[in-house]
Amino acid sequence: MGKLFTISPSPHVHSGDSVNKIMYGVILALLPAFIWSVMMFGLDSVRVTLIAVAACVAFELLIQKFILKVKPQIADGSAALTGVLLAFNVPASVPSWMLIVGALVSIGIAKMPFGGLGNNPFNPALVGRVFMLISFPVNMTSWPVAGSFGVDAVTAATPLALLKEGIKSGQPVVEILKGLPANMDLFLGNMGGSLGEISALALLLGGVFMLIRKIITWHIPVSVMVSAAIFSGIFWLIDPTKFADPIFHLVTGGLMLGAFFMATDMVTSPMNPKAQIIFGAGIGILTILIRFWGAYPEGVSFAILIMNALVPLLNRYVKPKRFGEVKIQSTKG
Amino acid sequence: MLKTFKIGGVHPAENKLSASKAIEVLALPKTVFIPVGQHIGAPAEAIVKKGDKLMVGQLIAKSSGFVSANIHSSVSGTVKKVETGPDTSGYPKMGIYIDVEDDIWDEQIDRSADLKSEINLDSAAILAKIQNAGIVGLGGATFPTHVKLMPPKGMKAEVLLINGVECEPYLTSDHRMMLEHGEELIVGVKLLMLALNVDKATIGIENNKPDAIAKMSGLAARHKNISVIPLKVKYPQGGEKQLIKAVTGREVPSGALPISVGAVVTNIATTFAVYEAVQKNKPLFERVVTVTGKTVKNPSNFKVRIGTTVSELIEAAGGLPENCGKIINGGPMMGKAFANTEIPVSKGTSGILIMPEKEAKRSETMPCIRCSRCVSVCPMGLEPFLLMTLSERQVWEQLETEKVMDCIECGSCSYTCPANRPLLDFIRLGKVKVGALIRSRKP
Repeated sequence: MGKLFTISPSPHVHSGDSVNKIMYGVILALLPAFIWSVMMFGLDSVRVTLIAVAACVAFELLIQKFILKVKPQIADGSAALTGVLLAFNVPASVPSWMLIVGALVSIGIAKMPFGGLGNNPFNPALVGRVFMLISFPVNMTSWPVAGSFGVDAVTAATPLALLKEGIKSGQPVVEILKGLPANMDLFLGNMGGSLGEISALALLLGGVFMLIRKIITWHIPVSVMVSAAIFSGIFWLIDPTKFADPIFHLVTGGLMLGAFFMATDMVTSPMNPKAQIIFGAGIGILTILIRFWGAYPEGVSFAILIMNALVPLLNRYVKPKRFGEVKIQSTKG
Repeated sequence: MLKTFKIGGVHPAENKLSASKAIEVLALPKTVFIPVGQHIGAPAEAIVKKGDKLMVGQLIAKSSGFVSANIHSSVSGTVKKVETGPDTSGYPKMGIYIDVEDDIWDEQIDRSADLKSEINLDSAAILAKIQNAGIVGLGGATFPTHVKLMPPKGMKAEVLLINGVECEPYLTSDHRMMLEHGEELIVGVKLLMLALNVDKATIGIENNKPDAIAKMSGLAARHKNISVIPLKVKYPQGGEKQLIKAVTGREVPSGALPISVGAVVTNIATTFAVYEAVQKNKPLFERVVTVTGKTVKNPSNFKVRIGTTVSELIEAAGGLPENCGKIINGGPMMGKAFANTEIPVSKGTSGILIMPEKEAKRSETMPCIRCSRCVSVCPMGLEPFLLMTLSERQVWEQLETEKVMDCIECGSCSYTCPANRPLLDFIRLGKVKVGALIRSRKP
């Protein structure tokens, strides 16, 4: 008979893509936004990011090793990515211990109890972030002024918060916007805000990188942005004295970060293009609804978490277009 | 914009290492083992016994039903025994062992290399010749060709498609055939058109074979009803349903045969076999086999007698590499691995692919991260991740409503999965179970 060789079913080749490559690819795509945040907020950005990553990885390792008693899988990069995203969603001035609590919620409550990688229904970083926002509202809503690092305790509100305050006190929107940076400055990232969300440009760069590397497809980010722009645009056209313009809504807050990096989280988003577009449109519309009429000035996190909850339904009822889903045509003869 | 199919598809590394190697005739083997079941359908029945003297091309096993095919001797010599032997399936299969003596051909076979383009037979006579010659689909599926050419009652063929796609990486036998035997292929196409009574034929060729496109287009230009369509390189374009969609825009309905949209698809090697059978009276007893792999010394295209042992082909291509880990019958996407080299070449052997040890084993499986790449590459618009889960949980009824039977087993899902999940393995299991379920419902 001679030597026996490996028998396995086809296919016998593989694309070479891997979970690790995807996770580290997303982390790499976040690099421009990280560099920008270091330029704006200084070493605090580095501190917050490192602590969030270390805490998320450590909690995952400890849970896998001592509670689940399985082989640790932290090298897959998913815990590290959750850490980076958590850091990007908090002010650079947030105390380290709060961050560690947020990381514990992200990994210990939102991810591992559901079965770890691939099984969590809600975006872990966002669950951690929202937990922190509700538990520590003061620290989570005082943002260091961009470019003012080195000066202690200078904080400012975000453009969205200023807008909401202004509207509450009865000022016309046009007047409020005059007091805020121009849309171009907002796009570049000259504003207050969470560590990684401020520069739409840097996030866009990372998003394009992920699209080119085929880590994500266009469906979710485009549907989030287009639906937010259309929905806010309708109200702006009806009454520009009460509502800000769509460009302002696209470049402020966490919309870019959410559209490219949070909503596209594979585990918590739908699994076919049609469902992804519905999911993205839901996020865009909910975000604007919360910004216009919600209690919070910003709504991206809540919008994504709400749509996360609908993902199983979308997967079940919105199916991809099947091949051969046509009526049998009778041929002549 | 080049034409292609719409849904899904992948582009694996092409690795057409033997594309520039002309077809070589392999030296005659000393013995052959010719299995009697080399096709889909009932195995043929052996009509020779130990000690019988045979000529090349002599019928040695008779078709045993409509969906079955004749088997002819590929060599001249003496029948050693009729018993079970090795087969690519891994199971012992009945077959005929022949000791080779000389190379004496049946006198009716025209052995000249002259092109015989004049056709003086009618549809029924052509079909009879194809059936007698034991021709089956040589792309690997091995479905008896005469069955395909006789549409069921109430259905009529409108267009003949010739599959020159060769979308499997590594394989080059059809490519070489088009370059070296284009004239014969055009006659073969005309014969098939006549047999089917259609007035239109299209040859689909992927754009990574510009020389074949040029050659076939030049030849087809002389016939106004034969056309050549270059196609964008995308796997699995050679799948019947995908090719029909790419070339004609028609979509074969779920569960139906290509004939339901008036299309019949035949591959290049089969078309050449039809030419030889009808014009040269030559039954199907040899075929072109690509022997290839990154570690193979001389990747080659050999013309081989059916029944030749695979080890002889590998020797002729420079010998078995030290670090060989896997041998595949066919291409890397859909081919079957077999355990050793003592296996005969059969009608369905389109290639022998040798993979080094480090590429022979799969990587570790990770949890599904729900990236949905499997959904986006599935050429049938299915959800492989879901089919795998349902198959693991053994919920066969739901598997059926999720259209598991539409799966063409192209392997794009497993190929693309970043978590290395064995998607197609579980989908195949599901297809077997659902197939049994469907059959059990029939009275």
